[in-house]
Amino acid sequence: MIWGVLQFPGSCDERDALHACSLMGEARLIWHESRDLGGVDGVVVPGGFSYGDYLRAGAIARFSPAMEAVAELAAAGGPVLGICNGFQVLCEAGLLPGALLLNESMRFICRQLDLVVDGPKSGARGDISAHRRGDRLSIPAKHGEGRYYAPEEMLDRLEANGQVAYRYAPGQNPNGSARDIAGVTNEAGNVLGLMPHPEHAVDPLTGSTDGLRIFEAMARVAA
Amino acid sequence: MAKARVLIRPKEGILDPQGKAVERALPALGFEGIEHVRVGRMVELEAEDPEQLAELCEKLLANPLIEDYEIQTL
Repeated sequence: MIWGVLQFPGSCDERDALHACSLMGEARLIWHESRDLGGVDGVVVPGGFSYGDYLRAGAIARFSPAMEAVAELAAAGGPVLGICNGFQVLCEAGLLPGALLLNESMRFICRQLDLVVDGPKSGARGDISAHRRGDRLSIPAKHGEGRYYAPEEMLDRLEANGQVAYRYAPGQNPNGSARDIAGVTNEAGNVLGLMPHPEHAVDPLTGSTDGLRIFEAMARVAA
Repeated sequence: MAKARVLIRPKEGILDPQGKAVERALPALGFEGIEHVRVGRMVELEAEDPEQLAELCEKLLANPLIEDYEIQTL
Protein backbone atom coordinates (compact mmCIF):
# COMPACT_ATOMS: atom_id res chain seq x y z
CA MET A 1 0.00 0.00 0.00
CA ILE A 2 1.20 3.49 -0.84
CA TRP A 3 0.36 6.25 1.62
CA GLY A 4 0.38 9.95 0.95
CA VAL A 5 0.89 12.38 3.82
CA LEU A 6 -0.25 15.93 3.13
CA GLN A 7 1.88 18.87 4.13
CA PHE A 8 0.40 22.35 4.58
CA PRO A 9 2.25 25.45 5.62
CA GLY A 10 2.11 25.07 9.39
CA SER A 11 1.85 21.26 9.50
CA CYS A 12 4.19 19.85 12.13
CA ASP A 13 3.46 16.14 12.50
CA GLU A 14 3.91 15.06 8.90
CA ARG A 15 7.34 13.48 9.54
CA ASP A 16 6.04 11.17 12.27
CA ALA A 17 3.03 10.33 10.08
CA LEU A 18 5.39 9.46 7.21
CA HIS A 19 7.42 7.25 9.54
CA ALA A 20 4.30 5.49 10.82
CA CYS A 21 3.02 4.93 7.28
CA SER A 22 6.41 3.66 6.12
CA LEU A 23 6.14 0.89 8.73
CA MET A 24 3.02 -0.29 6.89
CA GLY A 25 4.13 0.21 3.30
CA GLU A 26 5.47 3.00 1.14
CA ALA A 27 4.92 6.60 2.16
CA ARG A 28 5.24 9.91 0.30
CA LEU A 29 4.91 13.52 1.32
CA ILE A 30 2.40 15.52 -0.75
CA TRP A 31 2.63 19.31 -0.81
CA HIS A 32 -0.76 20.93 -0.36
CA GLU A 33 -0.59 22.76 -3.70
CA SER A 34 -0.49 19.51 -5.60
CA ARG A 35 -3.81 18.70 -7.23
CA ASP A 36 -2.47 15.24 -8.06
CA LEU A 37 -1.98 12.70 -5.29
CA GLY A 38 0.27 10.61 -7.54
CA GLY A 39 -1.77 7.44 -7.34
CA VAL A 40 -1.52 6.84 -3.58
CA ASP A 41 -3.94 4.34 -2.04
CA GLY A 42 -4.61 6.27 1.13
CA VAL A 43 -3.97 9.69 2.64
CA VAL A 44 -3.08 11.01 6.07
CA VAL A 45 -3.97 14.63 6.83
CA PRO A 46 -1.47 15.29 9.63
CA GLY A 47 -1.47 17.40 12.75
CA GLY A 48 -0.09 20.88 13.22
CA PHE A 49 -1.36 24.37 12.68
CA SER A 50 -2.17 24.62 8.98
CA TYR A 51 -2.28 28.26 7.89
CA GLY A 52 -1.59 29.26 11.48
CA ASP A 53 -5.10 28.10 12.47
CA TYR A 54 -6.25 31.51 11.21
CA LEU A 55 -10.01 32.10 11.25
CA ARG A 56 -10.75 28.60 12.61
CA ALA A 57 -8.51 25.56 12.81
CA GLY A 58 -8.61 23.83 9.42
CA ALA A 59 -10.84 26.44 7.79
CA ILE A 60 -8.31 27.61 5.20
CA ALA A 61 -6.49 24.32 4.59
CA ARG A 62 -9.69 22.75 3.30
CA PHE A 63 -9.43 24.94 0.20
CA SER A 64 -6.00 23.58 -0.75
CA PRO A 65 -5.84 21.92 -4.19
CA ALA A 66 -4.71 18.66 -2.55
CA MET A 67 -7.91 18.59 -0.50
CA GLU A 68 -10.00 18.44 -3.69
CA ALA A 69 -8.10 15.32 -4.62
CA VAL A 70 -8.53 13.93 -1.09
CA ALA A 71 -12.31 14.46 -1.36
CA GLU A 72 -12.28 12.48 -4.61
CA LEU A 73 -10.25 9.68 -3.05
CA ALA A 74 -12.65 9.60 -0.10
CA ALA A 75 -15.67 9.47 -2.41
CA ALA A 76 -14.08 6.52 -4.22
CA GLY A 77 -13.77 4.66 -0.91
CA GLY A 78 -10.06 5.24 -0.31
CA PRO A 79 -8.89 5.45 3.29
CA VAL A 80 -8.35 8.96 4.66
CA LEU A 81 -7.04 9.51 8.18
CA GLY A 82 -7.13 12.97 9.74
CA ILE A 83 -5.12 13.41 12.90
CA CYS A 84 -5.63 16.39 15.21
CA ASN A 85 -5.43 19.41 12.88
CA GLY A 86 -6.13 16.92 10.07
CA PHE A 87 -9.36 15.97 11.86
CA GLN A 88 -10.27 19.65 12.03
CA VAL A 89 -9.51 20.04 8.30
CA LEU A 90 -11.72 17.04 7.40
CA CYS A 91 -14.60 18.42 9.50
CA GLU A 92 -14.26 21.85 7.89
CA ALA A 93 -14.19 20.19 4.48
CA GLY A 94 -17.45 18.39 5.23
CA LEU A 95 -15.81 14.97 4.86
CA LEU A 96 -16.54 14.25 8.52
CA PRO A 97 -19.49 15.33 10.67
CA GLY A 98 -19.18 17.79 13.55
CA ALA A 99 -16.64 20.41 14.59
CA LEU A 100 -13.76 20.84 17.02
CA LEU A 101 -14.00 23.70 19.51
CA LEU A 102 -11.68 25.32 22.02
CA ASN A 103 -10.93 22.97 24.93
CA GLU A 104 -13.35 23.50 27.77
CA SER A 105 -10.40 24.29 30.08
CA MET A 106 -9.06 26.89 27.59
CA ARG A 107 -5.68 25.18 28.08
CA PHE A 108 -3.53 23.33 25.58
CA ILE A 109 -3.39 19.73 26.81
CA CYS A 110 -0.54 17.30 26.18
CA ARG A 111 -0.79 13.85 27.74
CA GLN A 112 -0.82 10.12 27.16
CA LEU A 113 -4.34 8.80 27.45
CA ASP A 114 -6.47 5.74 26.81
CA LEU A 115 -8.89 5.46 23.92
CA VAL A 116 -11.65 2.88 23.91
CA VAL A 117 -12.48 1.40 20.53
CA ASP A 118 -16.12 1.90 19.64
CA GLY A 119 -17.40 1.74 16.08
CA PRO A 120 -20.13 -0.26 14.39
CA LYS A 121 -22.28 -2.47 16.54
CA SER A 122 -22.56 -5.13 13.87
CA GLY A 123 -19.63 -6.27 11.80
CA ALA A 124 -21.74 -5.79 8.70
CA ARG A 125 -19.87 -2.83 7.31
CA GLY A 126 -16.12 -2.59 6.81
CA ASP A 127 -14.90 0.03 9.20
CA ILE A 128 -11.66 1.86 9.70
CA SER A 129 -11.74 1.34 13.46
CA ALA A 130 -12.46 -2.38 13.13
CA HIS A 131 -10.32 -3.56 15.99
CA ARG A 132 -12.27 -5.23 18.72
CA ARG A 133 -14.88 -3.01 20.33
CA GLY A 134 -13.94 -2.19 23.89
CA ASP A 135 -10.18 -2.54 23.32
CA ARG A 136 -8.06 0.16 24.92
CA LEU A 137 -5.31 1.98 23.06
CA SER A 138 -2.70 4.15 24.78
CA ILE A 139 -2.16 7.18 22.53
CA PRO A 140 -0.88 10.69 23.26
CA ALA A 141 -3.03 13.78 22.68
CA LYS A 142 -1.82 17.38 22.32
CA HIS A 143 -4.19 20.12 21.29
CA GLY A 144 -5.91 23.33 22.27
CA GLU A 145 -9.01 22.93 20.14
CA GLY A 146 -10.17 19.36 20.47
CA ARG A 147 -13.61 19.57 22.01
CA TYR A 148 -15.75 17.49 19.68
CA TYR A 149 -19.13 19.04 19.07
CA ALA A 150 -22.18 18.05 17.06
CA PRO A 151 -25.84 18.79 17.71
CA GLU A 152 -27.57 16.18 19.90
CA GLU A 153 -29.57 14.63 17.08
CA MET A 154 -26.41 14.30 14.99
CA LEU A 155 -24.64 12.62 17.92
CA ASP A 156 -27.53 10.16 18.25
CA ARG A 157 -27.28 9.38 14.55
CA LEU A 158 -23.49 8.91 14.69
CA GLU A 159 -23.87 6.46 17.56
CA ALA A 160 -26.68 4.58 15.84
CA ASN A 161 -24.60 4.33 12.65
CA GLY A 162 -21.51 3.17 14.51
CA GLN A 163 -19.60 6.25 13.37
CA VAL A 164 -18.10 6.95 16.78
CA ALA A 165 -14.79 5.18 16.26
CA TYR A 166 -12.99 6.02 19.51
CA ARG A 167 -13.92 7.49 22.87
CA TYR A 168 -11.73 8.76 25.66
CA ALA A 169 -11.67 6.17 28.44
CA PRO A 170 -14.01 7.03 31.32
CA GLY A 171 -12.64 9.94 33.32
CA GLN A 172 -9.99 10.80 30.71
CA ASN A 173 -11.87 13.21 28.44
CA PRO A 174 -9.22 15.98 28.22
CA ASN A 175 -11.19 18.67 26.44
CA GLY A 176 -14.91 18.46 27.18
CA SER A 177 -15.79 16.54 24.00
CA ALA A 178 -19.44 15.59 23.64
CA ARG A 179 -20.05 12.01 24.83
CA ASP A 180 -16.28 11.51 25.32
CA ILE A 181 -15.85 11.28 21.54
CA ALA A 182 -12.20 11.20 20.42
CA GLY A 183 -12.69 10.12 16.81
CA VAL A 184 -15.44 9.67 14.24
CA THR A 185 -15.78 8.20 10.77
CA ASN A 186 -17.90 9.20 7.82
CA GLU A 187 -20.97 7.15 7.05
CA ALA A 188 -19.14 4.83 4.66
CA GLY A 189 -16.45 4.20 7.27
CA ASN A 190 -13.43 4.99 5.06
CA VAL A 191 -12.68 8.46 6.44
CA LEU A 192 -11.53 8.65 10.05
CA GLY A 193 -10.62 11.68 12.13
CA LEU A 194 -9.31 11.65 15.67
CA MET A 195 -7.71 14.19 17.99
CA PRO A 196 -5.06 11.94 19.64
CA HIS A 197 -1.90 11.11 17.70
CA PRO A 198 -1.45 7.46 16.68
CA GLU A 199 1.66 8.44 14.66
CA HIS A 200 3.43 9.30 17.94
CA ALA A 201 2.72 5.82 19.31
CA VAL A 202 4.43 3.47 16.86
CA ASP A 203 7.74 2.76 18.60
CA PRO A 204 8.44 1.18 22.01
CA LEU A 205 10.89 4.05 22.56
CA THR A 206 7.97 6.43 23.12
CA GLY A 207 6.09 4.08 25.43
CA SER A 208 3.31 2.63 23.27
CA THR A 209 2.91 1.04 19.86
CA ASP A 210 -0.88 1.07 19.98
CA GLY A 211 -0.98 3.76 17.29
CA LEU A 212 0.07 1.17 14.73
CA ARG A 213 -3.24 -0.58 15.15
CA ILE A 214 -5.07 2.49 13.86
CA PHE A 215 -2.83 2.56 10.76
CA GLU A 216 -3.40 -1.19 10.33
CA ALA A 217 -7.15 -0.65 10.47
CA MET A 218 -6.78 2.06 7.80
CA ALA A 219 -4.80 -0.30 5.60
CA ARG A 220 -7.61 -2.85 5.80
CA VAL A 221 -9.97 -0.30 4.29
CA ALA A 222 -7.68 0.02 1.27
CA ALA A 223 -7.35 -3.73 0.86
CA MET B 1 -16.55 48.82 -3.50
CA ALA B 2 -19.02 48.42 -0.67
CA LYS B 3 -17.72 48.25 2.85
CA ALA B 4 -19.17 45.51 4.99
CA ARG B 5 -18.75 44.04 8.41
CA VAL B 6 -19.43 40.42 9.29
CA LEU B 7 -20.18 39.50 12.90
CA ILE B 8 -19.64 35.87 13.82
CA ARG B 9 -20.88 34.45 17.13
CA PRO B 10 -20.89 31.05 18.78
CA LYS B 11 -24.37 29.57 18.39
CA GLU B 12 -26.79 29.67 21.32
CA GLY B 13 -26.26 26.72 23.60
CA ILE B 14 -22.64 26.08 22.60
CA LEU B 15 -20.26 26.43 25.51
CA ASP B 16 -18.00 29.45 24.94
CA PRO B 17 -15.01 29.09 27.30
CA GLN B 18 -13.59 32.47 26.22
CA GLY B 19 -16.79 34.24 27.20
CA LYS B 20 -16.83 32.36 30.52
CA ALA B 21 -13.21 33.32 31.26
CA VAL B 22 -13.93 36.98 30.54
CA GLU B 23 -17.05 36.86 32.68
CA ARG B 24 -15.18 35.29 35.59
CA ALA B 25 -12.51 37.99 35.44
CA LEU B 26 -14.97 40.87 35.73
CA PRO B 27 -15.71 40.86 39.50
CA ALA B 28 -11.98 41.07 40.27
CA LEU B 29 -11.90 44.29 38.24
CA GLY B 30 -14.86 45.74 40.08
CA PHE B 31 -17.46 45.16 37.36
CA GLU B 32 -20.65 43.81 38.86
CA GLY B 33 -23.87 42.68 37.26
CA ILE B 34 -22.49 41.59 33.89
CA GLU B 35 -23.39 38.13 32.64
CA HIS B 36 -23.85 35.93 29.56
CA VAL B 37 -20.60 37.15 28.00
CA ARG B 38 -20.01 35.57 24.58
CA VAL B 39 -16.88 36.18 22.51
CA GLY B 40 -17.11 36.12 18.71
CA ARG B 41 -15.24 37.55 15.75
CA MET B 42 -15.65 40.51 13.46
CA VAL B 43 -14.41 40.62 9.86
CA GLU B 44 -14.27 43.90 7.97
CA LEU B 45 -14.03 43.79 4.21
CA GLU B 46 -14.77 45.60 0.97
CA ALA B 47 -16.71 43.82 -1.74
CA GLU B 48 -17.54 44.67 -5.33
CA ASP B 49 -20.64 42.52 -5.06
CA PRO B 50 -22.06 42.37 -1.53
CA GLU B 51 -24.56 39.79 -2.78
CA GLN B 52 -21.88 37.12 -2.56
CA LEU B 53 -21.15 37.72 1.13
CA ALA B 54 -23.73 35.23 2.42
CA GLU B 55 -22.10 32.45 0.44
CA LEU B 56 -18.67 33.62 1.62
CA CYS B 57 -19.90 33.38 5.21
CA GLU B 58 -21.37 29.92 4.73
CA LYS B 59 -18.25 28.57 3.07
CA LEU B 60 -15.42 30.24 4.91
CA LEU B 61 -15.94 33.04 7.42
CA ALA B 62 -18.33 31.09 9.63
CA ASN B 63 -18.90 27.42 10.32
CA PRO B 64 -22.70 27.23 10.23
CA LEU B 65 -22.70 24.16 12.49
CA ILE B 66 -21.28 26.10 15.41
CA GLU B 67 -21.56 29.79 14.53
CA ASP B 68 -24.17 32.34 13.52
CA TYR B 69 -23.21 35.24 11.31
CA GLU B 70 -24.64 38.64 10.58
CA ILE B 71 -23.66 40.76 7.58
CA GLN B 72 -23.78 44.52 7.96
CA THR B 73 -23.24 46.55 4.78
CA LEU B 74 -21.96 50.01 5.68
